[in-house]
Amino acid sequence: MTTVTMTVNGRSVTADVDPRTLLVDFLRSNLRLTGTHVGCDTSQCGACVVHVDGRAIKSCTALAASCEGAQVTTIEGIGTAAKLHPMQEAFREHHALQCGFCTPGMIMAGIDIVNRKGTSVDEATIREELEGNMCRCTGYHNIVKAIETGAAGMAGAKQAAE
Amino acid sequence: MYAFDYQRPKSLAEAGSVLKATGGKVLAGGQTLIPAMKLRLAQPGNLVDLGGVADLKGITQHGGAVRIGAMTTHAAVAESSVVKAALPGLAGLAAGIGDPHVRNRGTIGGSVANNDPAADYPAAVLALGATVHTSKRAIGADQFFTGLFSTALEDDEIITHIDFPVAESFAYAKFANPASRYALVGVAVAKTSAGVRVAVTGAGDSGVFRLADAEKALGSDFSAKAVSGLKVDASNLMSDIHAEADYRAHLIGVMLKRAVG
Amino acid sequence: MTDQGIGASVKRKEDLRFITGKGQYVDDINRQGQTYAVFVRSPHAHANIKSIATKDALSSPGVLAVFTGEDIAADKVGGLICGWMIHSKDGSPMKAGPHPALAQGKVRYVGDHVAVVIAETLAQAKDAAEKVEVDYDVLPAAVDPAKTQAAGQPQVHAEAPNNTVYQWHLGDKEAVDAAFAKAAHVTKIDLVNNRLVPNAMEPRAAIGDYDAGLDTFTLWTTSQNPHVARLVLSAFIGIAPENKLRVIAPDVGGGFGSKIFIYAEETVCIWAAKKVGRPVKWTAERSESFYADAHGRDHVTTAELALDANGRMLALRAATKANLGAYLSTFASSVPTYLYAPLLSGQYNIPAIYCEVDGVYTNTTPVDAYRGAGRPEATFVVERLVEVAARETGRDPAELRRANFITQFPHETPVIMTYDAGNYAACLDKALEMADYKGFGQRKAASAAKGKLRGIGFSAYIEACGIAPSRAVGSLGAGVGLWESAEIRVNPVGTVEVLTGSHSHGQGHETTMAQIVSSKLGVPIDSVSIVHGDTDKVQMGMGTYGSRSGAVGGSAIVKAAEKVIAKGKRVAAACMEVEEDQVDFDNGEFSARGTNKKMTFGEVALQAYVAHKFDPEKIEPGLKEGSFYDPKNFTFPSGVHIAEVEIDMATGVTRVDRWTAVDDFGVLINPMIVEGQVHGGIAQGVGQALLEGARYDESGQLVTASFMDYSMPRASDVPSFNVAMTNTPCPSNPLGVKGCGEAGAIAAPAAMINAITNALGHEDVAMPATPQSVWRAIQKMPAKAAE
Repeated sequence: MTTVTMTVNGRSVTADVDPRTLLVDFLRSNLRLTGTHVGCDTSQCGACVVHVDGRAIKSCTALAASCEGAQVTTIEGIGTAAKLHPMQEAFREHHALQCGFCTPGMIMAGIDIVNRKGTSVDEATIREELEGNMCRCTGYHNIVKAIETGAAGMAGAKQAAE
Repeated sequence: MYAFDYQRPKSLAEAGSVLKATGGKVLAGGQTLIPAMKLRLAQPGNLVDLGGVADLKGITQHGGAVRIGAMTTHAAVAESSVVKAALPGLAGLAAGIGDPHVRNRGTIGGSVANNDPAADYPAAVLALGATVHTSKRAIGADQFFTGLFSTALEDDEIITHIDFPVAESFAYAKFANPASRYALVGVAVAKTSAGVRVAVTGAGDSGVFRLADAEKALGSDFSAKAVSGLKVDASNLMSDIHAEADYRAHLIGVMLKRAVG
Repeated sequence: MTDQGIGASVKRKEDLRFITGKGQYVDDINRQGQTYAVFVRSPHAHANIKSIATKDALSSPGVLAVFTGEDIAADKVGGLICGWMIHSKDGSPMKAGPHPALAQGKVRYVGDHVAVVIAETLAQAKDAAEKVEVDYDVLPAAVDPAKTQAAGQPQVHAEAPNNTVYQWHLGDKEAVDAAFAKAAHVTKIDLVNNRLVPNAMEPRAAIGDYDAGLDTFTLWTTSQNPHVARLVLSAFIGIAPENKLRVIAPDVGGGFGSKIFIYAEETVCIWAAKKVGRPVKWTAERSESFYADAHGRDHVTTAELALDANGRMLALRAATKANLGAYLSTFASSVPTYLYAPLLSGQYNIPAIYCEVDGVYTNTTPVDAYRGAGRPEATFVVERLVEVAARETGRDPAELRRANFITQFPHETPVIMTYDAGNYAACLDKALEMADYKGFGQRKAASAAKGKLRGIGFSAYIEACGIAPSRAVGSLGAGVGLWESAEIRVNPVGTVEVLTGSHSHGQGHETTMAQIVSSKLGVPIDSVSIVHGDTDKVQMGMGTYGSRSGAVGGSAIVKAAEKVIAKGKRVAAACMEVEEDQVDFDNGEFSARGTNKKMTFGEVALQAYVAHKFDPEKIEPGLKEGSFYDPKNFTFPSGVHIAEVEIDMATGVTRVDRWTAVDDFGVLINPMIVEGQVHGGIAQGVGQALLEGARYDESGQLVTASFMDYSMPRASDVPSFNVAMTNTPCPSNPLGVKGCGEAGAIAAPAAMINAITNALGHEDVAMPATPQSVWRAIQKMPAKAAE
């Protein structure tokens, strides 16, 4: 067992974990944050994407123990039903989800794309930047649109905050 | 995953001694090691996580070289103003590794130490004639890579940083595997005062290798035209369901031309 | 009619929980005292099991039990079934071997289930699974569907000599032979419809739970049809009587067919829950999904089309070997027969059609329905034939199609189906305009100037959806009826619960079915809750597949709503003190004709429950109605897809540059959702054509067993799609809907390959058209060969 402390969605958590506990297992099993999903075992599908210290990572490919001291944000930490994050709102607006399984990872990836590529990111860039996220339902068409709209929404939210 | 013991040393010295004492394996970014462990293809009894060793990260210009700390992520290399200014082709290579999430976690040291035959960085290290600095010594690129997944590193030796000489020009052209997005063929071309070096990854059946014919041709005439008729020998290339050796040989020629520009 | 009713692109009601991470998929559920199951799988494609030693595994930390085929047999757990009987042309029933949930003495594909280890934690179960020692006598494997029937091939099941499950046919052979004899032109092609792995993003999962106090079983499972799962687990596998067995399919992360079937893992979890006295959970790892989820397609076909001198189609014939894998999965036998050959008429007036299908066993993962199921295979045959015929006879591919379109409805094809309605020329015209067909030459020239090839390809598909009229499918061998049920429960305050036997795993039923109710009952969709996926709540249902939920499930809701209105009128009449036939219902309001008396839907609901104002001898209290709707015909969605590709000659990389889709789904309940279904289907079809293909080596090892080797379509592999609709209402159901879930996957592969072969100038490229295979095809181009 090894002890790990991290901040998840603004809350500090400490736990003794088997060293082989992946970050995604820690989130899903220890913290019961089941919005982060596991869709593959080779680090490709992106259903498990969360933000660690402000950057998107695949939580199925990081040990919980390696996230000592990290700031972790999951889909549950970005918005609420009453106050959705602009990217969440955009996914609903554009019908960018069907079965919903890849959606949390897609939304977290979408926010990360905007964080890195700016709020006026174009279609080609979005498609390229979605390299690490698979969706079997939507054909990506509406996901791409949603991220464009979510980017604009994030710009608006940022402006409003300033 | 099989059970293992986990250590998170705070310094390089501590990491070295833990490694020596336990005979463990180094965990850098984990983007290759962790999937292998999950599939039970790798079974380290001890894992020494370098994530807590602060001084292994960072990028600086160091004389005529760009010095990149072993625990620097691919994303950090891709976004680095130092790398973009001195070796834009290297920033581009880093920006094309895996996917954005992998780039946020995977490290240059981990990639180079693993020497996956389809990884991108080994091509840059070899083409630029970079120097791999470790906890014990400095190893030249030509001595570093010793075959599939194997390097000159000793079991308790840790990469600390890599010095990439600033080249007159450096470019990397990659043809990605349609499934894994690893390199099916990646060609790195570096032109320095010492001459032209060409390294190929993704294709060789014993890992990254230099393409002597191309180096010679480009040495006298650095242009795509100079290598347009170049025949690449397919006999030591990999064949798999995505690309047979002759197709890889052909792609090496295409990527070579694209890298030269 | 409300602004949220049929035809409105309202935002989905289910989205809020998914975008906030609050969905409840099976793996998100944890039961008190839960244990974990890990399966020991065969590493060999074909082997006799000499012995299984479980002692070390049993003594491994945390292990509660290790079960093998012997335990399954001792408990008389029935084998997995195939629910559709196919008869060979000689009249004999199909020859199927048994399909035990855990292998009995023999394994038949890599991934076959040998034993299960149940432990306190997943890690402990995995550790122990490696300690189960299985001694195999490895046998040669039959892998290639084209060769498996040959003499001397390894035999997969003793019950099926020459690995032949059936030799089936459909159509009039003599008429076809006669038509070919007088044809002016015959086009002949050989096709492989590549094997696909469904890869719903949520891996399959199950939790079996047994309540010893009540003697009841509960199975949480990733199912598209929980009631069918209960029926099979109860009536055939013998877990428990139906009244003692509850099956729950909560949020399910995509299915595409792969979650229709009743598999070994789910069966073992529910059975083992009683054995160990604790809940047993299993969640597939993706690599297990590759081995153990039923695959799709895998046909080897020779097909011919006969034309007269004017380009009129005279006859079509096809001979197909359909790989069914190592065991017959739940609906495996029907997919390459009755879901395939009856679609070989396409959109065309073809007087004579004959199709022969050999269903064959191989030592590979079982093959069953995958998005489109048989219909994509048929469309690929027809639309490749037509395109090649146009090229061979120097005709424009659009015009050859148009000249042969069926224009009179109903139209009886020579292969069972009666098309009820359609307007194929309308789709083609619209698609040609949207695709700027006229401008293709210019675009091709522009590509050529960049040293690239450009090609355009058509696919005018038809599908039979709204599966299915029960009597019709019963006469063809189906073991079940394919009606659907609905129950509408109106609450005293006028809110509504709708129980449907269909199941949503991405289709958006919580929204579209609420829209139907909103249209019929005049209540806002927020007042309508859709209940599905739980056999304790919904009495019976047949589930979601075959683009059936709207046409069949939706129609059941309409029928139930009509009964609610009829009962409401009786209640309203009593309350308003008028005759029942004086009461009208419109837009949520009951009114008495010739008076100013009115009652809202909610007021009538309340009165139905208060029951103060009517005679219980004449009107029962309450407002709840049900319906079982059995369709009178299939529905026939159709459309034209046009793909335009650009090929990099140096690398063989094909880029999908433009995609035009014009589909006719009849009435649209929610156009936004329908378009989303089309997008997803196209991406899967492009995936089949360009990227995806399950490959086995000669020993029967699956060499594409992860996303590292099996190429899934990603965002950068597809363009934005240009999608439009024409709307010819379906006359065969009360909604006029046809079904839209499979269209894209049916249409796309032929359009893609037609576009690539158009660019290449020859037909020699197979699916998936990977960069390597296209590059090789480029070397065979007429111009290239002359270099």
